[in-house]
Amino acid sequence: MKLSIVNYGAGNIKSIQFAFKRLGVDAILTDNPGEIIASDKVIFPGVGEASSAMKMLKESGLDQLIPKLKQPVLGICLGMQLMCNHTEEGDTNGLGIFDAKVKRFSNKVKVPQMGWNTISNLKSDLFKGIKEKEFMYLVHSYYAENCDESIATSDYELEYASALENDNFYGVQFHPEKSGFKGSKILQNFLNL
Amino acid sequence: MLTKRIVPCLDIKNGRTVKGVNFVDLRDAGDPVVLAKQYADLGADELVFLDIAATLENRRTMHDMVLKVAEQVNIPFTVGGGISSVEDVDDLLHCGADKVSINSSAVKRPELINELSQKFGSQCVVVAIDAKEVDGEWLVHLAGGTIPTEIKLFEWAKEVEQRGAGEILFTSMNHDGTKAGFANEALAKLSDLVNIPIIASGGAGTIQHFVDTFKEGKADAALAASVFHFGEIPILELKEELKNKGIPVRI
Repeated sequence: MKLSIVNYGAGNIKSIQFAFKRLGVDAILTDNPGEIIASDKVIFPGVGEASSAMKMLKESGLDQLIPKLKQPVLGICLGMQLMCNHTEEGDTNGLGIFDAKVKRFSNKVKVPQMGWNTISNLKSDLFKGIKEKEFMYLVHSYYAENCDESIATSDYELEYASALENDNFYGVQFHPEKSGFKGSKILQNFLNL
Repeated sequence: MLTKRIVPCLDIKNGRTVKGVNFVDLRDAGDPVVLAKQYADLGADELVFLDIAATLENRRTMHDMVLKVAEQVNIPFTVGGGISSVEDVDDLLHCGADKVSINSSAVKRPELINELSQKFGSQCVVVAIDAKEVDGEWLVHLAGGTIPTEIKLFEWAKEVEQRGAGEILFTSMNHDGTKAGFANEALAKLSDLVNIPIIASGGAGTIQHFVDTFKEGKADAALAASVFHFGEIPILELKEELKNKGIPVRI
């Protein structure tokens, strides 16, 4: 199993690498297109701010590469948001892999949403063995609107898409690498795809 | 529904936990990694590691510890103590810390909050505020609450939010160590004033104190040390009781 984590300077990727190591898989951090294309599975992480993250992707040409990948790709947190059409954060156009818009929570709730929330309406092999209303760890100020590609939803101010799927592309708003044993199970499911 | 978080705090000195910890079946209670794993298994939602002897010499030791925790623990954790620059934070995040907590360095140079949130995102910037109520006025204190300042708690809280803090860890020096309950009045006022999560700290003694700080204090998370370390309040029992009282928790 060759697993790549796309390295474009976005935040804490060590945790993701360690989470896979606990599952017995050594993930490589890389921005090398050849290496990414040759991987069995690709993780597209992301922590930080959308417009600057998108800028880094464009500078390295990864914005062109990622949508063309054929193997299973998992976007995590901001990674998932950047795979959508557009995000209100910095009024940024994303990679357009998911036909969803990303909006900011209003000030009716505390922003960021920080902590453990449940995921429901699960419909994907990514969630094999995960029960409805399982707890996952989330930290985010922006959310993807609920849409046809939703494979999980969560409630915070409103019901939004906490996971998306389109062909070989998967995205999760929560941090499976920080969500205890159930989070690990989801990462294992991704490896099994 | 977003749940309320229970956060054990570990004081670290030279890579070891400082305050005595009394866990049954724990071979090395001084090893923060062993303890952290234990807490994760027991149902803690998040952990805070506070480097209480933060010096240049033992920064490396702290980095090693953070790496080991990130390697073995599958819940989020915050690291605080001696952090005063973008480089410090960069190093800690690269070692696998999820969030950092800054305190005195933010008071001395508030722009640090802007710099950190712009570079790393608000989500990983926790501003810790130690304050004491003196003659009816809550004033910010430095150096573990020993040095008073003229800065007013509520004004400072508003400012740190505007500068990009993602969360506030509020410790009441009047309540810390008393085991007589959290500073719920001040906490509730903070929660109404700012729109970022508030972690309550200082005063945990009983399960009811946690119920009160979530209900009356409107806290989003509650931090404690000794009541957890000495097993006075088992985390699972605490969470079950919170659930019984209608407070959303992860069990």
